[in-house]
Amino acid sequence: MLTKAATIPATNAAQVILRDLNQRFGSAAITAQSTADHIPTFWIGREIIHDVLKHLRHGAALSFRVLYDLTAVDERLRVHREGLPPADFTVVYHLISFERNDDIRIKVPLHESTLEVPTAADIWPNANWYEREVWDLFGIKFAGHPTLRRIMTPPTWTGHPLRKDHVARATEMEPYVLTEEREIAEQEALRFKPEDWGMKLHSKTSDFMFLNLGPNHPSVHGVFRIILQLEGEEIVDAVPEIGFHHRGAEKMGERQTWHTYIPYTDRIDYLGGVMNNFPYVMAVETLAGITVPPRAQMIRIMLAELFRMASHLVFYGTMSQDVGQLSPVFYMFADRERVFHIIEAICGFRMHPAWFRIGGVAADLPQGWDKMIRDYLDYQPKRLDEYHKLVMQNRLFKARTVGVGAYTLDEALDWGVTGPGLRACGLEWDYRKQRPYSGYDQLEFEIPTCNNGDCYDRVVVHIEEMRQSLRIIRQCLDNMPPGPYRSMHKLATPPLRDKTMHDIETLITHFLNASWGPVLPPGEAMVSIEATKGINGYYLTADGASTSYRTRIRTPSFPHLQMIPLISRGAYVADLIAILGSIDFVMADVDR
Amino acid sequence: MNHPGSIIPGLLNIVLGLAFLMAAAALLTWVERRLLGFFQDRPGPNRAGPFGSLQVVADGIKLLFKQDWIPPFADPAVFVLAPAIAMVTVMLAIAVIPATPVIGIIGNLNVGLLFFLAMSGLGVYSVVLAGWSSNNKFSLLGGMRAAAQMVSYEVFMGLSLVGVVMLSGSFNLTDIIHSQRHLWYVVPQFIGFVIFFMGGIAETHRLPFDLPEGESELGAGFHTEYSGMKFGMFFVGEYIGIILVSAMTTVLFLGGWYGPFLPPFMWFGIKTGFFVAFFILLRAALPRPRYDQFMSFGWKLLLPLTLLNILVTGALILGLPGPS
Repeated sequence: MLTKAATIPATNAAQVILRDLNQRFGSAAITAQSTADHIPTFWIGREIIHDVLKHLRHGAALSFRVLYDLTAVDERLRVHREGLPPADFTVVYHLISFERNDDIRIKVPLHESTLEVPTAADIWPNANWYEREVWDLFGIKFAGHPTLRRIMTPPTWTGHPLRKDHVARATEMEPYVLTEEREIAEQEALRFKPEDWGMKLHSKTSDFMFLNLGPNHPSVHGVFRIILQLEGEEIVDAVPEIGFHHRGAEKMGERQTWHTYIPYTDRIDYLGGVMNNFPYVMAVETLAGITVPPRAQMIRIMLAELFRMASHLVFYGTMSQDVGQLSPVFYMFADRERVFHIIEAICGFRMHPAWFRIGGVAADLPQGWDKMIRDYLDYQPKRLDEYHKLVMQNRLFKARTVGVGAYTLDEALDWGVTGPGLRACGLEWDYRKQRPYSGYDQLEFEIPTCNNGDCYDRVVVHIEEMRQSLRIIRQCLDNMPPGPYRSMHKLATPPLRDKTMHDIETLITHFLNASWGPVLPPGEAMVSIEATKGINGYYLTADGASTSYRTRIRTPSFPHLQMIPLISRGAYVADLIAILGSIDFVMADVDR
Repeated sequence: MNHPGSIIPGLLNIVLGLAFLMAAAALLTWVERRLLGFFQDRPGPNRAGPFGSLQVVADGIKLLFKQDWIPPFADPAVFVLAPAIAMVTVMLAIAVIPATPVIGIIGNLNVGLLFFLAMSGLGVYSVVLAGWSSNNKFSLLGGMRAAAQMVSYEVFMGLSLVGVVMLSGSFNLTDIIHSQRHLWYVVPQFIGFVIFFMGGIAETHRLPFDLPEGESELGAGFHTEYSGMKFGMFFVGEYIGIILVSAMTTVLFLGGWYGPFLPPFMWFGIKTGFFVAFFILLRAALPRPRYDQFMSFGWKLLLPLTLLNILVTGALILGLPGPS
């Protein structure tokens, strides 16, 4: 039934795994696929998928500890499927082994009549939310899932938005009318029923209080709702609810051209600015085979690190504000203004410059950029020292954060934690170091780690990262290579104009590339980077069109929020606020 | 004060005192915001009037003209009563404070100190009733915290003053000030001074001890459901509370109006103003402890310390030949 594809991925590990799987499950059930990102990709029938995943997690010689991403693709309208098993929908598992620095992608082909796969939540706990998301947006069922209900869309929603036959814009739908009955029904649907989540209403001695924290609450950092089961002020259990910030960013990717989607990415982690452009344009460049010139690479790194500063400063300030300190947030926002001042001078915008382009950046650095950055680099470290005294050495701050919200490295891996939250548990794993991209391998910096994995350590890692960022920015400043700021590749955007007026062919090509955008060759690529809050990746499927066939955005905050109940059980309400602050999330990064 | 003619100056005294107090509390809201702005590298309110001083008026007008709203799920009578208690108790307590030998309402009350403690004890009702009658879970949590916090810190606050009473031999605040003519009690009663001031912060539930409000956790805590002038009364009550605690600290530990060169009223104002500014600085500087940490700090550290303070003070008074 499944045919073997012609090419087998190049890496050795991939062949070992393939041989192992073939031996164990029979070669008929497994098909290999080659992708532009060179991640070993195997198609596996749904009858054996659970066993295969279990084997890959626990049994295999080359096991994969972390479920990095789980998503799906609606394959029904995909034109270029040469060599791939027939499928209406595909469920995609992306596994990572931090130990071996290795990836694997497992795909399950599904027919429209039997949209069901066994759940992987018993293998990786973080599969829980990912599977709910796939169910919500694609309508694929996960047999054995404990709470398979909608997560992004409201419970009253009909249809599954990421299916190709679902409307993409509000104007394609009937005008929305909120009648009184509908309002009541919507309100009722939002009501939290503890029984639905298997929660008890009373303990032996007392009734529990169910406290609805959010979606509008000063300390949930956006529209995040978390329902607490309280005994006094102690948290017995918690149910996080997300989706209030869901804007269908992935669906928009299927409508916008490769080029015009860049500004949308800025708003995913809205504190990260161009940091979001980074994985997206790199994924597009991987698909198109574009090599970015060194100057553009260095500019990208510099801007990304400036945004890491801006984002971490917000984190630092809001974290101290969450435990009741009023002043630091003002100092840190003032510092962030300085960063934005530089970013504005370079990009013309502050928070969401959308400044990266396919093949480079939008413009060369302006005159005087180096002085601005040098001034900032001289200014910031002293301020960080002051903040260290003000916040980190404050006894009350320590009392509120040391030992609070701790998780072990094992738990972090179980729940797919990445970024500072992972490094606070002692694992020295940073994408910039382990899989250097865009020239990070030419720069000197360290990866700060801590050992306790509590709120305090997460803050420490963030702060040390800021110092390392400053170090990276200084190296960019001192070693900025000359040369073009964008690639001359024909698919790079915006298309070059210098020869357009000489012959009609170039004019037509320019016109098409500027108005419709470039057409990328069919293929698949997942490119990830070390973003401000963890690993952020774009998994793009091109189908030979000017738009993406499927844009999957893997964000770090999504799995981080999922583990909140685990680390807040037994804590106090005030601890939860410290935990939320220390996780460093923004809701747009969770809901997309 | 017995014959009927003395009623009029007495009334005038009360009315003027009240008016001054309200003006001071209102002005304090502006002072606090300007000071916070200064501490936090930002301007603070600077638009209405010179240096933004009319901000107070603007805020007052806004609060007064807001809809006087009682949530349908609240207990209306208690809901209205709570902010009134908040304001009345602090204003009554202020009455016993002698600002100078002549300025003050009942500065000579022979149980002045006890009256002050009684009034701040009653003040607990305002937050508890507000939290309970709002029928809101955040308010309830705030009210619960407030009850526990204020009742326990009331204990340390009262006990920390025993040393002062022992040294001065009087509950009369004017007498206490007189007895500090040579040595302010902040020197022999330093522990009492520190604990009293901390208890005062807890009583007025200001940062870092603002757990009943705990805005990053409980929204606005016990007064989450309040708006308009009822909220305004809590607000003003809190600021009068700050003045009250600062003035009491001045009276009990810093020799009240005593000081060289300047007139007594100035001295009283300067000392009180110093503590008020300190309140604001604390708010700008410190994070908030967790509720259980705060309670164990009180019962496990402050209580033994106050008791020790009383013990040592008593032993010294017995052991040393006193002036009296």
